[in-house]
Amino acid sequence: MSLDLDSLLTDAQAMIANADSLDQLETTRVELLGKKGRLTNTLKSIGQLPKEEKPAAGQAVNKIKQAVQGLLDERLSVLENSDLQKKLAEDALDFSLPARASMSGGLHPITMTIERINALFGQMGFDVALGPEVEDDYHNFEALNIPEHHPARAMHDTFYFDASRLLRTHTSSVQIRFMKDNPPPLRVIAPGRVYRCDSDQTHSPMFHQVEGLLVDKQVGLSDLMGHLEGFLKLFFDQDDCEIRFRPSYFPFTEPSTEVDIRIGGGSWMEVLGSGIVHPAVFRSVGIDTEQFSGYAFGMGVERLAMLRYGVKDLRQFFENDMRFLQQFH
Amino acid sequence: MKISEKWLREWINPPVKANELAEQLTSMGLEVDEVSSLAPAMSDTVVARVENVKPHPDADRLRICEVDNGTAELVQIVCGAPNVRRQMVTVLANVGSTMPDGSKLKKAKLRGVESFGMLCSSSELGLSDQSDGLIELPDNAPVGDDLMSYLELDDNVLEIELTPNRGDCLSVRGIARDLSARNNMPLQLHEITEIPGTHQEVQTVNLAPSSACVRYVGRVFNNVDVSGPTPIWMTERLRRSGVRSINPAVDITNYVMLEIGQPMHAFDLDKLQGAIQVRVSVEGEKVELLDGREVTLDGDTTVIADDSGPIGIAGIMGGSTTAVDENTTRVFLESALFLPERIAGKPRHYSSHTESSHRFERGVDPELQREAMEYATGLMINLTGGKPGQVRDWQDKPRMPGGEPVLLRRARLASLLGVVVPDKTCEQIFGSLGIDCQKDPAGWTLNPPSYRYDLRIEEDFVEEIGRVYGFDNIPRTSPAHNPVFRPVPENRVKPIAIKQLLANRGFQEVVTYSFVEEQQQTALRADLIPLALANPISADMSVMRTTLLGGLLSVMRHNQSRQWQSMKLFEMGLRFLPTNDRSVDELDLYLDASHGDDLQIDKTIQQQQMLAGLVVGDANPENWNTEATELDFFDLKADLDALFNLANADTLQYTATDLKTLHPGQSAGLMVNGVPVGYIGRLNPEVQKTLDLSQSPIVFEVSLAALSAAKVPQLEPVSRFPSVRRDIALLVDESVSNQAIIDCVQKHGPDFLRSVRTFDVYVGEKVEKGKKSIALGLIMQESSRTLEEAEVEKVMSTIVTSASQELGAVLRV
Repeated sequence: MSLDLDSLLTDAQAMIANADSLDQLETTRVELLGKKGRLTNTLKSIGQLPKEEKPAAGQAVNKIKQAVQGLLDERLSVLENSDLQKKLAEDALDFSLPARASMSGGLHPITMTIERINALFGQMGFDVALGPEVEDDYHNFEALNIPEHHPARAMHDTFYFDASRLLRTHTSSVQIRFMKDNPPPLRVIAPGRVYRCDSDQTHSPMFHQVEGLLVDKQVGLSDLMGHLEGFLKLFFDQDDCEIRFRPSYFPFTEPSTEVDIRIGGGSWMEVLGSGIVHPAVFRSVGIDTEQFSGYAFGMGVERLAMLRYGVKDLRQFFENDMRFLQQFH
Repeated sequence: MKISEKWLREWINPPVKANELAEQLTSMGLEVDEVSSLAPAMSDTVVARVENVKPHPDADRLRICEVDNGTAELVQIVCGAPNVRRQMVTVLANVGSTMPDGSKLKKAKLRGVESFGMLCSSSELGLSDQSDGLIELPDNAPVGDDLMSYLELDDNVLEIELTPNRGDCLSVRGIARDLSARNNMPLQLHEITEIPGTHQEVQTVNLAPSSACVRYVGRVFNNVDVSGPTPIWMTERLRRSGVRSINPAVDITNYVMLEIGQPMHAFDLDKLQGAIQVRVSVEGEKVELLDGREVTLDGDTTVIADDSGPIGIAGIMGGSTTAVDENTTRVFLESALFLPERIAGKPRHYSSHTESSHRFERGVDPELQREAMEYATGLMINLTGGKPGQVRDWQDKPRMPGGEPVLLRRARLASLLGVVVPDKTCEQIFGSLGIDCQKDPAGWTLNPPSYRYDLRIEEDFVEEIGRVYGFDNIPRTSPAHNPVFRPVPENRVKPIAIKQLLANRGFQEVVTYSFVEEQQQTALRADLIPLALANPISADMSVMRTTLLGGLLSVMRHNQSRQWQSMKLFEMGLRFLPTNDRSVDELDLYLDASHGDDLQIDKTIQQQQMLAGLVVGDANPENWNTEATELDFFDLKADLDALFNLANADTLQYTATDLKTLHPGQSAGLMVNGVPVGYIGRLNPEVQKTLDLSQSPIVFEVSLAALSAAKVPQLEPVSRFPSVRRDIALLVDESVSNQAIIDCVQKHGPDFLRSVRTFDVYVGEKVEKGKKSIALGLIMQESSRTLEEAEVEKVMSTIVTSASQELGAVLRV
């Protein structure tokens, strides 16, 4: 018999190329290489050949078998790949659909502003202190060189509980408490709520201040200006922000200055009051005025937040309208 | 204080425009709030005389006037003002005038009659806010003159906000003095000459040595005529300072005060009974004030009195019984000095804040009284025809205000300003401010002028140098700093971390007022008595909050009424508990008030840092792949657990509570180490009803101190051996809590029982009524070996037996 190996290879090539699914390819493999497959049969038929032809025939069949196996592998990889592509296409999703829902939370702009102030002064070595909001007359006024009937008291529309207890009108009361407990040199800021009985579009009966106090040797007005100017420039982080120091008056500082800010050539807005700590204040907490000097400031948090975030009406901070608050997320 | 720029420039006239003048003042610490132009709102307006007035044939309220506007012919004007009359001198806007809105005034026909212009009221001219008819000018006003030049309206009003230390600047001259220093330019001093008396009449004045008065200058004027109007040049200046014209005598006292700073008072001499006594009031005495009020006096107020009793409160307000009126012919003028410390507080006490009290509270120049009297005398002669008597000047010299000389050290000046100002510059500044200056080896010995009550200590003079030298000329420096390491406590959670965690979990932070409505407060915590404000701004802000829940509920209501239904809110802040003789731990049975005891002023009030939250509505915004579920107790419990995990502190325990604020069946108290630190639950529907809320939210409130106390982690070894899990389902009475079962399991379980979790709770058909099935997963693991099957089985049987004995639990199979 003769082994028609050439036509076997041609047939196998055609069968493999025609297999267009993994199942069909498997059937083809069995037809060709299975126990009863054509190549297996051909291999078996070698045994009937004359002895001298066997080695050559064997070699030839094996070569075909390897070729067929190669073709099968190649086709398998093609079909597997196209199968994968199909499956991936089926799995595609519409990425434009909204994300899984969750409620969006956030901090109040007052907190954001205070944190920003804390962070900036923190870099300069300032600690954060807190104080009581129901205060006594001594810490809110007397110790700060504002005796009873001082005209400066008229600038503070004070909420009273009785003759001695009141709601603090400024965070300056924390200065006194802090200095009593901590010897100089010291650097501290005190953020918190303050109260004045006054309410209209530009006044709220409750608002926030951040008090600052630095006591060291040889602290002067130039240091106060350097620090506050540096702070304000970075707080607003805008090139068109101008800062103005204006002489003013506070009973607990001398000299005193108010600081105005103007953004983009608009009108001047007063954002903080400050000055060199008055010797009477140091005396009330037992600090030697010949050895130490210091500066103090109090800034209005709402003012800073309004300028920074474009809030026009102070009262919005306390209305807590979600449509307002959620804009700060 | 408001002053006219033109008036100011009579005293000092630096070559700068109004705005720069304002900037100069502001840079000196005399803050100019506003510079407003006085130019009338209409152009081309002239002084005009109404010559004839006729009724309008077709309109009752209109009149046809013939008006002399200075041109050859009378012009016809139709006018509706009620006060128009013949021979009235007023203001005419001619045809072609620019109106306030920028349009041109045209010839018009009013009900068929032509009108060639418009007669104006002061409000139409922009000279006042309101008016009830045409502006009236004096009869001798020059008809045809431009109104602008006649009233000198090319002027500005400077509104200056003065700080309380600068009483010396409460006058045109005071402001001019600072400008003189700023511009290094002398004042154009007004010559005030002493005018000799023309008759011998005097009024006796007795000063009580205990009164607030240390100087009293008085003068009698005879033949006074105050029945006519004050000349317009004076009333215009008064008006520009916001002072109303009363009559010539009173106007003169105000004019002198505005110009040189001395408050004065004019008495009708014929109404005085006997001598004037300046004395301290007797408690209960009454005085009728110029503003029409009768005031009952305390026992420490200085009054001006005569034989009839008090006729005025010294330095604050005169009395009505001795006031000058149009029939007055004899006037007694007072120019006195009252000590600021004795006046301070009185205007507020008597609700009588006046121009006079404002100045005396801040300090009036003790050398000014005589000068002011002479200035007023000249004006009295010219304006009222009054004949002056002799000036009497009573003084209590030892009590006159004045300061000691102050040493300003050169080194101190440089240190406090942060800049070295040359000696020559300093001395020039002292000179320009009228400060007497003597050289001293260390610096200067300084004596302030009599009007500067605010220059008393070294630092005051440092400020003077600084503000005249210019804050802009002081360098910006950074103080020397030797930073040291500061502690970073790991056993405290910072408040911001707590806020941040809640924000990340979908909570919105809110900030609400610390004072709330009393009824709301009582509805929420009837067991706590709030601290009440003595002077609340309104009833809904009258008491200090004893819980932060009120604010959160108000915010919920505000937003829900604006179609925002679902929200998670929190607030951090103080609550305030009056102690009323109780000990702090008795204040609140549900939430230990002594927890975090660090913001106290005394024992009368406890101020405690709190954190409160509220959730209401849907857990998630409507979405295509998230099921809509309502926020419930367990949502908020998860948030609380997360907060306490942040602290990594002692275990938080949920315990039963009978707090009335909360739904009795959906609430729990929070305990840490046996101390009540807060509560969680649904708002009691009854409270919801009382507060008229549309929904009952889930809320929590917790002491911030409980959340802040953190533990530094101390690691245990991680086991290399496998863990074993066994699940059991126990059938118990419905009243048995999950916590009781877990506690029982843990109590009887071995050390290697690592955790117990509840993975199913079943109540329904498959179990007996009144019972529930709780499925637990027990996870066991040893750190040093693999657990044996037998010992695990033994543990399980022990637990089941104990649960059966202690809780009546039955193992479900």
